[in-house]
Amino acid sequence: MELLLIFFSAAIVNNFVLSYFLGICPFIGVSNKISSAFSMGLATTFVMVITSIVTWLIYHLILIPYHLEFLQYVSFILVIASLVQFVEMFIKKISQPLYRALGIFLPLITTNCAILGLALFIVLREYSFVEGIFYGVGAGVGFTLAITIMAGIREELDLADVPEAFKGAPITLLVAGILALAFMGFSGLITF
Amino acid sequence: MKKSVSLVKEYTKGVWENNPVLIQVLGMCPALAVTVSAINGIAMALATTFVLLFSSIIISSIRKLIPAQVRIASYILIIATFVTIVDLVMKAQFPELSKSLGPYIPLIVVNCLILGRQEAFSSKNGIFRSALDSLGMGTGFLIALFMLGGIREIIGTKTLLGYQVMPEAFEPWLIMILPAGAFLTLGLMMAYFNSLSIKKKEKEQTSLVAKYQNLKNNISINEEDK
Repeated sequence: MELLLIFFSAAIVNNFVLSYFLGICPFIGVSNKISSAFSMGLATTFVMVITSIVTWLIYHLILIPYHLEFLQYVSFILVIASLVQFVEMFIKKISQPLYRALGIFLPLITTNCAILGLALFIVLREYSFVEGIFYGVGAGVGFTLAITIMAGIREELDLADVPEAFKGAPITLLVAGILALAFMGFSGLITF
Repeated sequence: MKKSVSLVKEYTKGVWENNPVLIQVLGMCPALAVTVSAINGIAMALATTFVLLFSSIIISSIRKLIPAQVRIASYILIIATFVTIVDLVMKAQFPELSKSLGPYIPLIVVNCLILGRQEAFSSKNGIFRSALDSLGMGTGFLIALFMLGGIREIIGTKTLLGYQVMPEAFEPWLIMILPAGAFLTLGLMMAYFNSLSIKKKEKEQTSLVAKYQNLKNNISINEEDK
């Protein structure tokens, strides 16, 4: 039950993008088409789950026993960077179309704040190993959800008559604001 | 070409015409997340500027030693080191501020603005120019965050930097300090600056057209004289 709560809290109630503002860059950059947004979400989820496992192990088995907590940021970002590299090679090997669709956005996952934010939140909230994994999956699902909805709206937006000054980033931010309002409706769902 | 840009320009371009948040749309996560109050925005911008300045200095001074293949990884390591310094200093000196900024201080590591400047500027320019460039970008970041935080604080809690500025009768809009308010405020701010630059462009165009017309008239008058 506790684990389910953590999952839903990360995916819906405290959505990473819409209430923590993590991962805004890809959220605005890649949300033009539903298909590429969805695969970006999947890639991010994959990296998130592995990150939550690996950084938990590093923090609890290496950094704490040797009192090296101050190396947190440096070691986490190194792990994330190499993980992303690995995922990139993996996707290139198994699916060329997907690799071409994600294109330059894969390396960008490294500088996706959502990934590092996830690792930091897991440390900050003192989650156990299993809780951490659930949190990672939840955060990934939440990110995928947000970015896919956003892409859906933006596909419709292409046909709309947007004032010149609002074109591009401003209208996207306004849409995100309304989305965030909608997600606020979930906030009574779990008191966490 | 590099030399043709004046040193002043190197600084001012980040402040206004290439403002990192309002024009380039970089560094959005901290810009949106911490700006519930103006003071948070200022603290965040100062911390980011510190990291940006010192990593630019280091990276531009060793830019010829870093192999191209591993440059991104080395940049991130250097940035992460300075972020650790900022984080520890803030925890020791301003524990309250550090608590209210929470995990967003360590998240400076992945601020696209910093990595972007290293890749686009510091890896190609000298120490002095890189320092100026990062100071300019930092100032631009500060202006944007201060405006965003100020607007949200004034409308959301009636205060600015802790002092009450709105009349007692004003009912604060709770939404402004909630996440949705951040998106809406920044969206409207960007639209406003876009409309300013569109107007400026139009003005330039009309003045250009007028100039051309004048020239044409002059020429035709001259020809008539002949």
